[in-house]
Amino acid sequence: MLKQMEGSRAVAEAVALCRPEVICAYPISPQTHIVEALGELVKDGSLAPCEFINVESEFAAMSVAIGSSAAGARTYTATASQGLLFMAEAVYNASGLGLPIVMTVANRAIGAPINIWNDHTDALSQRDSGWLQMFAETNQEALDLHIQAFRLAEELSLPIMVCMDGFILTHAYERVDMPTQEQVDAYLPRYEPRQVLDPTEPVSIGAMVGPEAFMEVRYLAHAKQMEALKLIPGYAAEFREVFGRESGGLVHTYKADDAETMIVAMGSVLGTIKDVIDEMRDAGHKVGVLGITLFRPFPIAQVRAALQGAQRVVVLEKSLAVGLGGILATNVRMALSALPIDVYTVVAGIGGRPITKRSLHALFRKAEKDDIDPVTFLDLNREVVDKQMARERNTRRSGPAAEAILRDIGAQFGGIAAKVAQEAP
Amino acid sequence: MEDKEEFGMFQVRIHGRGGQGVVTAAEMLSIAAFEEGRHAQAFPSFGSERTGAPVVAFCRIADREIRLREPIMEPDALIIQDPTLLHQVDVFAGTKRDAYLLINTTKSFEQLGLADFVRNHSAAHLCTLPATEIALKHVGRPVPNVPLLGGFAALSGLIRLESVVMAINDKFAGKVAAGNIAAATEAFDLVRTKMEETANA
Repeated sequence: MLKQMEGSRAVAEAVALCRPEVICAYPISPQTHIVEALGELVKDGSLAPCEFINVESEFAAMSVAIGSSAAGARTYTATASQGLLFMAEAVYNASGLGLPIVMTVANRAIGAPINIWNDHTDALSQRDSGWLQMFAETNQEALDLHIQAFRLAEELSLPIMVCMDGFILTHAYERVDMPTQEQVDAYLPRYEPRQVLDPTEPVSIGAMVGPEAFMEVRYLAHAKQMEALKLIPGYAAEFREVFGRESGGLVHTYKADDAETMIVAMGSVLGTIKDVIDEMRDAGHKVGVLGITLFRPFPIAQVRAALQGAQRVVVLEKSLAVGLGGILATNVRMALSALPIDVYTVVAGIGGRPITKRSLHALFRKAEKDDIDPVTFLDLNREVVDKQMARERNTRRSGPAAEAILRDIGAQFGGIAAKVAQEAP
Repeated sequence: MEDKEEFGMFQVRIHGRGGQGVVTAAEMLSIAAFEEGRHAQAFPSFGSERTGAPVVAFCRIADREIRLREPIMEPDALIIQDPTLLHQVDVFAGTKRDAYLLINTTKSFEQLGLADFVRNHSAAHLCTLPATEIALKHVGRPVPNVPLLGGFAALSGLIRLESVVMAINDKFAGKVAAGNIAAATEAFDLVRTKMEETANA
């Protein structure tokens, strides 16, 4: 049924349709509306049987999720940013133990400097944790990916993060097609755990493993995750049959045929990029885009196939690998190894900076002429950076950089809107 | 909005202060447009939420899927829920030529000091509305967002009053919904009368 609703609410209702038995979460912006809505659904009895457990921290949230999943309950949680970092040790344990927990990450920057706005550095910090990671482009896809995630997680007995852009998606009202309980029940079988803590058939989970077998256990984790690459296309096809729409999958191309320049990105920015690609195509530019839905396991073969015909690839990512450049770009480079294709890293939109069509038009046109740096920072205010660097060169006690830069640009606290208004043409 | 055939994308920016229901207004506008079969995307400016702080929310309306995720920098319509913002934030930044301007105030554009600014603006796209007073009368709280939506429906013709009423019923229930429906209706009628007077002037 078509509904106009907030992304967080849509995800909460979709998760409820998946019949989770335990939800444990600790609120953090921009994830809060999701777990609030689920809390209401449990309290008013529309999601039953389900236990909603208020915990005292994100570390506790993931620890409870580990316990309930090991006891055989379909388990869901959600977090973002510092919350994900705080639970990191338990995040690795959940995947290492092979527990099929589904977790929404409402993507948000990581401090310092403290920042509540959207980028992908939180989820990408856990890229090697053993969790599968999917990125949603729209609220419809976020909703759909959660349904697919439970199916996939439980088949593989591995946990999955469904990543959606904080605020940009979580707080956006847009049209979604909410499935029926019958559709979800037809797609998602009852949870049959591969391992379960059962007093009548006692086992232990979580053995200490020494050098004699650690490699083998970890190899299995890798091999199992790679199996997702084979399963996902089939699950997406089945999803199309039951729900009547395309959602999920590994990667998606748009106007990629004959493209000389290919843009690669993840998440909601793909929409803005597609609008720019349409306008550039109308003006005769041979540009296309590759959207990556599944980041872990990384679909190397599909990425290579989608990009190998291009002359150059621009990876536009909402993340920064300090001391290297890009995270997504590094993965894309691996997929393109030994191919004569220039790969540019563009760090964009971090900490919630708007990624505008105007900036993308200028960027892509320069990229077509190979006139951008190998690592480019979109819309970087060079003047402000240079000023601070000079200050640090000239003054021993130069003071904290973030405070100095805020003073230089005269920013008001929470002044993004004012800034957008000021910078508008 | 006169020609539905050529409807591309219509972008509304709402300025107000924390506590005035700015974000809710954008969400309700998107629900009203959805009720008329259109695609709509509403989102806040993602600032820290503090009562009294300047807040911006956005709503895009189109006849096809909306993919664009940038903030609205060149609005087709501007709703200003708090006239004191005129001295604090450049609320008019990027506004398109002859954009619809609806301001919550008991004053006129001239009395607000905007006579020069609107001199060459289409008079049919300009309106002020005492939305806070209407809200106090019907809802009992100084929340101008819903009467402004009623007024905006009359000013722009973009959405029908009935769709605004549906959005109100989506967001509120009981006495609050009834009060807001009365407020939206009074605002709608007031703006329609004003615009007819302007047209006949």
